[in-house]
Amino acid sequence: MGGSGSRLSKELLAEYQANPFKERICRVFSTSPAKDSLSFEDFLDLLSVFSDTATPDIKSHYAFRIFDFDDDGTLNREDLSRLVNCLTGEGEDTRLSASEMKQLIDNILEESDIDRDGTINLSEFQHVISRSPDFASSFKIVL
Amino acid sequence: MSESSGRALQPGRPSRQPAVHPENLSLDSSCFSSPPVNFLQELPSYRSIARRRTTVHSRDKQSGTLLKPTDSYSSQLEDRIAENLSSQSLRNYALNISEKRRLRDIQETQMKYLSEWDQWKRYSSKSWKRFLEKAREMTTHLELWREDIRSIEDIQCTVYPVSSSGLIYFYSYIIDLLSGTGFLEETSLFYGHYTIDGVKFQNFTYDLPLAYLLSTIASLALSLLWIVKRSVEGFKINLIRSEEHFQSYCNKIFAGWDFCITNRSMADLKHSSLRYELRADLEEERMRQKIAERTSEETIRIYSLRLFLNCIVLAVLGACFYAIYVATVFSQEHMKKEIDKMVFGENLFILYLPSIVITLANFITPMIFAKIIRYEDYSPGFEIRLTILRCVFMRLATICVLVFTLGSKITSCDDDTCDLCGYNQKLYPCWETQVGQEMYKLMIFDFIIILAVTLFVDFPRKLLVTYCSSCKLIQCWGQQEFAIPDNVLGIVYGQTICWIGAFFSPLLPAIATLKFIIIFYVKEWSLLYTCRPSPRPFRASNSNFFFLLVLLIGLCLAIIPLTISISRIPSSKACGPFTNFNTTWEVIPKTVSTFPSSLQSFIHGVTSEAFAVPFFMIICLIMFYFIALAGAHKRVVIQLREQLSLESRDKRYLIQKLTEAQRDMRN
Repeated sequence: MGGSGSRLSKELLAEYQANPFKERICRVFSTSPAKDSLSFEDFLDLLSVFSDTATPDIKSHYAFRIFDFDDDGTLNREDLSRLVNCLTGEGEDTRLSASEMKQLIDNILEESDIDRDGTINLSEFQHVISRSPDFASSFKIVL
Repeated sequence: MSESSGRALQPGRPSRQPAVHPENLSLDSSCFSSPPVNFLQELPSYRSIARRRTTVHSRDKQSGTLLKPTDSYSSQLEDRIAENLSSQSLRNYALNISEKRRLRDIQETQMKYLSEWDQWKRYSSKSWKRFLEKAREMTTHLELWREDIRSIEDIQCTVYPVSSSGLIYFYSYIIDLLSGTGFLEETSLFYGHYTIDGVKFQNFTYDLPLAYLLSTIASLALSLLWIVKRSVEGFKINLIRSEEHFQSYCNKIFAGWDFCITNRSMADLKHSSLRYELRADLEEERMRQKIAERTSEETIRIYSLRLFLNCIVLAVLGACFYAIYVATVFSQEHMKKEIDKMVFGENLFILYLPSIVITLANFITPMIFAKIIRYEDYSPGFEIRLTILRCVFMRLATICVLVFTLGSKITSCDDDTCDLCGYNQKLYPCWETQVGQEMYKLMIFDFIIILAVTLFVDFPRKLLVTYCSSCKLIQCWGQQEFAIPDNVLGIVYGQTICWIGAFFSPLLPAIATLKFIIIFYVKEWSLLYTCRPSPRPFRASNSNFFFLLVLLIGLCLAIIPLTISISRIPSSKACGPFTNFNTTWEVIPKTVSTFPSSLQSFIHGVTSEAFAVPFFMIICLIMFYFIALAGAHKRVVIQLREQLSLESRDKRYLIQKLTEAQRDMRN
């Protein structure tokens, strides 16, 4: 195999055009140097992580990497605000106001930041995900 | 709970992953602007993380995460693997395929150096795991309605050229079918068909009365066990969190996006529903802060208003119950008239009068409750839950009122007609069958109403909206929204009827199963083709527990009339398997008295007060012990969290001091 054949660029992932995290998914799973396209094996990795039978540890690990927009190993306020903007929609009028965003991020950090340093690291993230009842059913792709 | 907190606190684990660039460290980034702090890479916690990137540990299954190696230290990889062979499946590693392949090759070469016994152990554990997976896959295929639920998930994960006598026969047939009288009365549908004789086999006699009673009790006990088991699973999730409010922000943000969505319009809908939900929660929090800041006179005013409104709610409930009582009495008194003395519709109307009144009440009262609760000034989440609770109570209590009215009619007598048999045998020669008929009528009517509403209200509404889009009024009204709470309450209502009626009409559960299957497909069709998704989202996770709780309440409410009728009201002397006994329950003591004497004395000992009271006290003590244990665990968790945050502050303080010292040294 080896992935020398066709590659999927992120524009061609037609099914996931509606997904606000499509660019992050491409970056996380791609093994090419430019990180802009997926080989067949990368695509297999993607499907394996998002399948029903993947363990919650694997899913939370990859979810952390997808949500870490600046790739620094922690989720800081900037990451969280970009995450919320992805969830609420792309237009200018769909974003939350600045005060609402601040209130929301304060609440999130209060719930998940155990050591009170203003960022969420991988173990805190996995801890909070283990208590989240919706995670397993939403973080999956059904083909 | 302990495993997740243990995971966070394992020694050697970092409380933070230190980043390479100190500017990103924390809120105190201003302190670290000038010299790059390189001793961070020498911290023991950082090194254990870095080592874990390139090694394979033989840990237990749950904590088998590996970070993706940023640089491939392949030689280190093989060294470490040579140290401790991992028996963990490759599935639990968070690596990509090419690295997993390398790992598998290394593992297989390592296998060669194992002894025969170890090799066989590995091979058998692998085959066993494969077998378990296949079995699990097989059971998921058997899951009921999996394909249909998948298809709903696809849209959104997270669907007589006859003589006149013939005509009369036809009408009476239909009336009998709908009301459970006539030919149906003689069938095994109702209690009256069963006789006291046992079924004779070669070696023993199958005691029918005992079997009848015990199978009812067993089925109710099984239902109870199953509900408790399912609700405990949901309860555990809510128990762990110490927050008051049910909804967790982290759950909404990190698990908010449903990755199954591929449709653009569904995605827009999801975006808007997430926006709505987040804004509603933030609003609710602001409102809660406002409530906390209320002055005392405002609080008094609000509480007196709430008291008054609750009295109105009770008055509405009382009025409904009285209406049901009157309707039941009227229906029972006029049921005995001859068919040809009445018009077809009138007879059916009288037979179904209690069901009609109950359905009307269940239709009107939610609207009244929704209006009332707006004045009570609760937070939005609590409002919804209180309204649902009131509607549930209304629905289930109406059934109870019906059953108790019947019970009072059966045992009430004006003159001495009750003395002979203990119940009103003139009007109710076979009272169990008649109670069963009432339950049967309720169930059939419920079924007809659901079908009628779906076919004759939802479907034309959708047609109107699609084809008459010019009319403003119709556009305002819009398509039907699929209201999950109402539908679930309908199911609970049907199930409660089934439970109450199971004793009096043994085939009623079978009819109920058929009814639920048909309703599932009708509702699925309605959901997929005539409804639009509600803009107000409904989180299934925390409502699961709530609905199971409602089902449990229904079961408890169903058990009460059953216990009373089994143990208090004398059984019919004219029909049924219990004609020889005073009450239905008596068959059990009679059976116990046929046991050998040692077993008899054992059973008498176990059911006597001398055993029951100490047993109850021991159970209470055990419960108090577990409550105290849980409280102690909670306190320990709080202390540990505080300690963690203090440690992190200490670390930041020390880093700050160190950088200052370095700066001073350089100057």
